[in-house]
Amino acid sequence: MSVVEVLLGIDLGSTTTKAIALDRTGRIIGRGITNTRSNYEVASQIVRDEALVQSRFELVRHAMEADPELSGIERKFIGSLVRNFRQQQHLEQLEWLESALDRCADAPRYAPQREAVKEALHRICQAMRARVPGHFSELAVRKSDFFRDLAAADYMQLAEQFSDSKHASFDVLCGLFDAAILVVENAAGDGAFERHAGPALEQTLANAPTDICEREARLRSAVDAVRATELRVLGMVGTGYGRQRLPFPKEQVRSEILCHGLGAHAMFASTRTVLDIGGQDTKAIQVDGSGIVTSFQMNDRCAAGCGRYLGYIADEMNLGLHELGRLAQESTCSVRINSTCTVFAGAELRDRLSLGQKVPDILAGLHRAIMLRAMSLLARSGGISDEFTFTGGVARNPAAVSALQGLVQQNYGVRKLNISPESIYTGALGAALFAQRAADGGHAA
Amino acid sequence: MNPAIEQILSRAQTLYEDVDYKAVAEWKSCAPGRKAIGYMPIYVPRELIHAAGMLPVGIFGGGDRLEIIRGDAYFQSYICHIPRSTIELALSGRLDVLDGMLFPSICDVIRNLSGMWTMLFPGRYVRYVDLPQNYDARVGGEFWRRELTAIREDMARLAGGLITDQNLRNSIRIYNQNRRVIRELYQARSEAPWLYPIAQVYAVLRAGAVLPPEEHTTMVRRYLEMASQGSALPEDRSRVVLTGMFCEQPPLALLITLERAGCWIVDDDLLLGLRWFTGEVPEEGDAIENLAQAYLTQSVATASCYAPDGQRGRWLVDAVRQNRADGVIFCAPSFCDPALLEQPMLVAALEREHIPHTQFKYSEDTGQFAVIREQAGTFSDSIRLWSEA
Amino acid sequence: MSADTVKASTVQKEQSMVLQKQLIGDYYDSLGRAREEGRRVVSTFVPGNLTELLRSFDLLPILPEINALQSGMRKLSANYIAEAEKQGHSEDVCTYVKCDIGMLKSGNVGPTGVKLPNPDLLLLSYTGCFTFLKWFELLRQEYQCPVAMLHVPYLANGRIEPHHVDYVVQQLRTEVIPKLEQVSGRRFDEARLSEMLALSAQAEDDFVWVLESAKNEPSPIDAYFGGVYYIGPIFTAFRGTSQGVEYYRVLREEITERIRLGLGPVTPEGTMERQRYRLVVEGPPNWTSFREFWKMFYDEGAVVVASSYTKVGGLYDRGFRHDPNRPLKSLAEYCLGCYTNLGLPARVDLLERYIREYRADGFIINSVKSCNSFSVGQLLMLRQLEQRTGVPGGFIESDLVDPRYFSPANIKNRIESYLQMLEQKRGAGVTA
Repeated sequence: MSVVEVLLGIDLGSTTTKAIALDRTGRIIGRGITNTRSNYEVASQIVRDEALVQSRFELVRHAMEADPELSGIERKFIGSLVRNFRQQQHLEQLEWLESALDRCADAPRYAPQREAVKEALHRICQAMRARVPGHFSELAVRKSDFFRDLAAADYMQLAEQFSDSKHASFDVLCGLFDAAILVVENAAGDGAFERHAGPALEQTLANAPTDICEREARLRSAVDAVRATELRVLGMVGTGYGRQRLPFPKEQVRSEILCHGLGAHAMFASTRTVLDIGGQDTKAIQVDGSGIVTSFQMNDRCAAGCGRYLGYIADEMNLGLHELGRLAQESTCSVRINSTCTVFAGAELRDRLSLGQKVPDILAGLHRAIMLRAMSLLARSGGISDEFTFTGGVARNPAAVSALQGLVQQNYGVRKLNISPESIYTGALGAALFAQRAADGGHAA
Repeated sequence: MNPAIEQILSRAQTLYEDVDYKAVAEWKSCAPGRKAIGYMPIYVPRELIHAAGMLPVGIFGGGDRLEIIRGDAYFQSYICHIPRSTIELALSGRLDVLDGMLFPSICDVIRNLSGMWTMLFPGRYVRYVDLPQNYDARVGGEFWRRELTAIREDMARLAGGLITDQNLRNSIRIYNQNRRVIRELYQARSEAPWLYPIAQVYAVLRAGAVLPPEEHTTMVRRYLEMASQGSALPEDRSRVVLTGMFCEQPPLALLITLERAGCWIVDDDLLLGLRWFTGEVPEEGDAIENLAQAYLTQSVATASCYAPDGQRGRWLVDAVRQNRADGVIFCAPSFCDPALLEQPMLVAALEREHIPHTQFKYSEDTGQFAVIREQAGTFSDSIRLWSEA
Repeated sequence: MSADTVKASTVQKEQSMVLQKQLIGDYYDSLGRAREEGRRVVSTFVPGNLTELLRSFDLLPILPEINALQSGMRKLSANYIAEAEKQGHSEDVCTYVKCDIGMLKSGNVGPTGVKLPNPDLLLLSYTGCFTFLKWFELLRQEYQCPVAMLHVPYLANGRIEPHHVDYVVQQLRTEVIPKLEQVSGRRFDEARLSEMLALSAQAEDDFVWVLESAKNEPSPIDAYFGGVYYIGPIFTAFRGTSQGVEYYRVLREEITERIRLGLGPVTPEGTMERQRYRLVVEGPPNWTSFREFWKMFYDEGAVVVASSYTKVGGLYDRGFRHDPNRPLKSLAEYCLGCYTNLGLPARVDLLERYIREYRADGFIINSVKSCNSFSVGQLLMLRQLEQRTGVPGGFIESDLVDPRYFSPANIKNRIESYLQMLEQKRGAGVTA
């Protein structure tokens, strides 16, 4: 059995937990991301498994690239394989959800209407299963890859359809979902590749175009070889806000400041200043030419100006978080907003709407206000040097990015702004690189 | 509206909204070698600046018109707003027009701001003006005379000349006139507040921060003459005294909100430094001695200054009585140590006299007034019912 | 981790700790008995306190700041603050004040459980803190007793000028002493004051020696968390007393022995073994989670070698001593020279000297919400110090006695991140 050595970095953020797997050469071969929920241990297990699953797909890809007969079709093949794998995984989780729902419905409080509730649950789950292939078809656009999000959207819609106010009310059904989803999320799926790769491969081959079918035997042996490969985790380093609660020893824990600094350096080698805006904190970091942190500042105890603030606004306006930025960009005349106080955000918003201010204009003002807070933090940490790398969830928000660009230009002049599409993994990447250094016998710190 | 009054108000409003201190630059450009000295609230002896031929410029923060880009980097979230905007004004170059800054002893924030200024702007003239908290002429008086003499020397040096006793007596006379006309305006407003809306009164007063005192006196006088002939009819509103606004200024919209919510503002402590003395500073004799004596014996009461008689709140009760006010609104900047630490004592004084009161906080860039409108409206209604009962 | 940096087996009470505990206990007991014994008491503040002068009149000092911080350490402050806020004190203002007023409203039982007497006089030594002024104005309303106001002018330029001294001495003569005479019923006895000042100077010599022992490597003391114990007697009621002299003599002996043995400071969990980082700290500590806060440092092997907080009651290490030959003038100079009465540039100069003289690896600013006198400008101080020394600074936020403003996870995160940064830079320096 062949062995592949990997190094893992795990970033336990307040909103999401991320993992990065590196191979021995420092190449990224796997990533994992999940909702953090309240259980850091489960979250880190899930992302670790996910990163290892992805690593295996990556190994399949490497094998195909190395095989002259298979190179050229790996994109198509692996794309389909992954989709089918996800579908299998989703179906498994649906099964867990169904049994968890069933157990939850056994609670004494549902006794009077138990039959009706169970009947509704059964019908909902059946319909959910029917929808799964649609979610994972080649052309499907998924709003989120998290099981919770996908399942919740389907469930709520179906619950509305199958509920009846007398016996199995919508509220009761929602309550059951909230309880059951926690059970599902906390059951980390171990050995997922082992379980699902086989069925996924069959499904892929069954519906494959001729260029793939012709190479069935070689593809089977490539996938089987990876199934039989041992992924040996040589080292793992954890970081992020929840790192104190990570289930591994202190020597394997690094502050998110160091990890973001090193991760950003790895992504963009000329980085000197890093801004990370996460869910509950904002960090401004200065690094030297080797990615070593020379100075940093974090937001004070007030969460104003962090990603969470945008979350409140999105909730308040009944929008998805990812829609905020796009809407803000439609603004023609940004409103001046002085306070980014999270507590008052809702009231302020309603007040402004009642004054007839337009939603995009208010949102543009909010984005600018948040970036002003970030500018203060950057100034405290020593300013913005070239190149400047922006990371964290908020870096994916186009309105936030353009507000930042304007302010940087206005206050510091021209700076090259780097934003990686993978920026959410910056901390995990830094952590994995620390794991690599430790494995190399170098100074871990 | 009378076009002449409109002209005054439009000029005052322009000055108020001008965060670039263009008026100061214009004044300086009128003659070569002119200089301007900035000062923070509450009290500085502007006579000494004026007597040196320089323009005293009140720096009362950036209000709600200034976006804070750099200023927040220097202050933690639990510190009031005025130092943020003041630093912003300076770092953005808007205060380059000034040739020096005076920081009076309002509180620890403004005190430390003077030290920040020294570090951030080496080479610029900065002075912390430590107002005496001992009012004995031989002790605090002696200390203050010495401070005044030192400031006088500094000002003469900055202006590149001498300040003669005659210059100083003249400046005292000019500021006496200025304070007198402001007192008259307050008196007139108290008698017929419907003729002097707060937006007008505030803008006209605030012009005193950047105009030479002679010009400001003329502006206030003309406004007073014309506004007093206004045709607005008395309306039944509650009469309130506002307090807590002696340093960081509320946005004008907040004051207008209070008025619209049904309150006539019949007295306040806005821009207190412009009318610091309750009477006239003697215009003859030893000018430094006169200024020192005036400080010891004729200063208005305010939270930053020690009250040796223990009569905290006496002046507020007096203000309510003299202006026939129905109640008091405590309107203090968030995190303002002097105003907020003082408040429980003032509340106690009002309650002893059964004077109704309400309270809220603001920041100079507050943009939302819904809660304040609601609260002030309710307060106004309730005290009117109270006074009718 | 603490096993690594702290040797738990050595947990023991040093004699100086026993002495100090006894001093504090006796002091609160004497306050409790003051009424029945007919002794008069005077409330005053730590910075610029005139303990010798009070004691020369046989007056007992009460120090509301000490009551507040003791209440904080004994977890009583949250309720006191809540009580004061309920009575209309703003959530925005100093929590020492609210803790004190809350304690008063809750029966004025001191932190050791002894009921405190009402003061006969409030000696408002207005030194380096605006809040002091309002604090005693508030207390005057509660106690209806006289106030002696001592305005100590601020040293914006960091220098004591002759006219500053004259102003303070004049106030001592015309305001403070007459009121002390009135309250105590005794005449001012300058000779007696001088005798006490001589005792002060003696203790001050030993105290400075203790502070400077941190220049040793390893440092035998923690000059912040341990330092707050060392300043206790000399900043409060025991200056000018023979007990004070004795305390510092014993302390000095202990530390001499620690240096001889090459031992680190004593922490609540024993002697600190490994000193990985030497730090300078600016700003007061948090009192409600004092031990937890300290632990965040010693668990990581961080020892504080100098701090500004241990200078709020006087800059003895820069040469000041009470002088029996010029009693009132030296009291005036004492008041003027307290740390929070210095302008910001002088504070930065002082911290810069500490970083250099104590060979610090880093410095941390603990910015407390309550204290604008300390906190306003600290972010600029941070940048200035980094620029001047090349040593990176860390910034954390908490409060004095309001537990709502101490977020352990947050603060620990920052301290750890900061120390890891120091470590990483150090590693980089070695391998590069």
